[in-house]
Amino acid sequence: MSEPDTIIIDTTDRIFRDLGDPQAIIADPGGAWKATLWQALEEAGLTLAWVPEAQGGAGVEVMDGFDILGVAGRHAVAVPLAETLLAGWLLAKAGMSAPLGPMTLALGSGGDAPSVRAGKLSGVVRGVPFAEDADHLALVADSDDGRQVVCVALAGCTIAGGPGMAGDGLATVTFDNADVVSSGAVPNTLGAEDVMLMGAAVRAQQMAGALQAVLDISVDYAKERMAFGRPIAKFQAVQQNLARLAGEVAAAAAAAGSAADTIQHAESFDSAVFLEVAAAKIRTGEAAGAGAAIAHQVHGAMGFTDEHILHRYTQRLFAWRDDFGSEAEWAAGLGAMVAGGGADQLWPLVASR
Amino acid sequence: MTGIAMSGAIQFDPVRLPPEAEELRAEVRAFLAEEIAAGRFDPKTAPMADDHNLDFSRRVGERGWIGMTWPKQYGGQERSFLERYVVTEEFRAVSAPVRAHFTADRQSGPILLKYAPEAIKMDILPRITRGECCFCIGMSEPNSGSDLFAANAKAAKSEKTDGGYVLNGTKVWTTNAQNADYMIGLFRTSAATEKNRRHGLSQFLVDMKTPGIAINPIGNMAGGKDFNEVVFTDCAVPADHLLGEVDGAWKQATSELAYERSGPERFLETFYILVELARALGENPDTREAEGLGRLVAQLHTLRRMSVSVNGMLQAGKEPVLEGSIVKDLGTVWQQALPSRARDLSAFAAGSADDRAVFDQLLPLALQIAPKLTIQGGTTEILRGIIARGLGLR
Repeated sequence: MSEPDTIIIDTTDRIFRDLGDPQAIIADPGGAWKATLWQALEEAGLTLAWVPEAQGGAGVEVMDGFDILGVAGRHAVAVPLAETLLAGWLLAKAGMSAPLGPMTLALGSGGDAPSVRAGKLSGVVRGVPFAEDADHLALVADSDDGRQVVCVALAGCTIAGGPGMAGDGLATVTFDNADVVSSGAVPNTLGAEDVMLMGAAVRAQQMAGALQAVLDISVDYAKERMAFGRPIAKFQAVQQNLARLAGEVAAAAAAAGSAADTIQHAESFDSAVFLEVAAAKIRTGEAAGAGAAIAHQVHGAMGFTDEHILHRYTQRLFAWRDDFGSEAEWAAGLGAMVAGGGADQLWPLVASR
Repeated sequence: MTGIAMSGAIQFDPVRLPPEAEELRAEVRAFLAEEIAAGRFDPKTAPMADDHNLDFSRRVGERGWIGMTWPKQYGGQERSFLERYVVTEEFRAVSAPVRAHFTADRQSGPILLKYAPEAIKMDILPRITRGECCFCIGMSEPNSGSDLFAANAKAAKSEKTDGGYVLNGTKVWTTNAQNADYMIGLFRTSAATEKNRRHGLSQFLVDMKTPGIAINPIGNMAGGKDFNEVVFTDCAVPADHLLGEVDGAWKQATSELAYERSGPERFLETFYILVELARALGENPDTREAEGLGRLVAQLHTLRRMSVSVNGMLQAGKEPVLEGSIVKDLGTVWQQALPSRARDLSAFAAGSADDRAVFDQLLPLALQIAPKLTIQGGTTEILRGIIARGLGLR
């Protein structure tokens, strides 16, 4: 177990605190705060945390990157920090350097999945977050030379779709002979499911962070809000609900933290990583649903308004639990793996670390 | 380590089990395989069997796996909480018959270590570690359960007993009292004060062979015979059997809870039904079955990681009462729901009759013991009260 780099954590927290005030963002969703905040994150080296220094990044430990994302989740701020970290991680895997500026990434699937022919990318990707905000997109695509990690500029591509539940954009991006900015062969160390696994671990970490914030906000509110002549925190029914919320927050933190720690120490994404990431995505997704419901119940009608900050967190929880595989999808995969191993291998799998 | 260094965050650090714990796991598995192969217990029928098995406990004691964190002078091995964790979970995973020694190993021994006079420690602790000494817990009474501090069974100073005490009153729901050599019980030594209603209770070590103790069995709905009412009538205990501070046992009781509440037994008590569910579903379950099984495994994995984390905190010398309460709340609610989930998921299982024979045999038991899982050792409501206090709500 390595000690967390508290400087990185404190720096990230301070930047979000100073420049990402949730009430200011609600008042001006597309405002100037966005560029200012991004610049601060970039100058602190946080946006390319997972890109080695030689490739233009900060080259921090895998775990430190997850810690950055836990803090970001706690602030639920609408900038593509997680997506840029993931895109940088993917580019670095193929030995590529990463461009500055916000990035996003995509998983192609089906008959119209993007492919590279004669140096140009064509095809469609769906469910892309922050496509409007990002300058570049990273993905794995077929090419004349086999599977490649590709970096493509989003300017000039067709971006369609709505805001998604998080409000951060959830787009279908169509590439029509788009210029490939850079590309690199997919290394042997990058398995077909690895982007999905890393993405799910990242979303789990963000959800754990957001859930902690949801708990803090709900506890504070329950202590302040008066009903029947006393703070609602004094009612046992409310206390029991908040205790359940704390349990969900704890489960999310433990599951996401355990998955991140496993990735930090894994040489490759083996079955242990699959169990950890699947469990983390399933359990944090469940916590997101149960936790958001309790938090809203505690807040009453106030938490349902667009001026209260609670929805910034709960809407992202709703969106993040769908990204990189929902609870149901991961559970079906995990269940099939457990069943396939046979009943007597269930315990050895669970107790493998 | 993913602890976000900000105030108030709920922290469950990802503790990794050290290599010595994994070596020990291999030894424990080999031992259990030997026991099963020799027909000394059968994981498939063990949940239905009487769990009190002194021979098994003696063999576990010979391996040095009872009281293994205790100092060597008292028969312990001075091993870590994480090593003890591994032994505990491996035993639970195959429903090994641990009841004869488990209570003493988990909580009675640690209480004696902390509060008993040296002579008593030297006498009793080595016997516990050899698997020869069985304990029960005397907390609940007919009129006080969750409200522990309403306990009314009395311990009074007596001239007849040379500075000792005389016990009168009734304890109830006392698991394994009929087999226990000793009880550690909570008795009222003076009245509660207006300022502190927790004042006035003291903890005593009671030799169950002392005259004046009647043990009356109480049957339970699942067919178990391990519940008892224990009635004390002018039962004399020597002065040195008072454990810790007179009138101040409430302070001792709370630190005990972290040990009692965070172990793997708090989510593995119905684990056998998950294993048999996997067997009943077979190696190629349909999507509904796979999804259901996957969720259960994800939830179990998370509980286990939380429990390992709490044991890491114990190892570091902390008293994680809040974290332990969270694990017990989530764990007991989960293991209570597990039999019902298994029942649902098995409804359309296409597996062979052989594959589900054990499942069908064990499911009624699991469904019927489920209600007690969120009551014993601190109810859901009490645990959530403790968590709410930890959140600063009360």
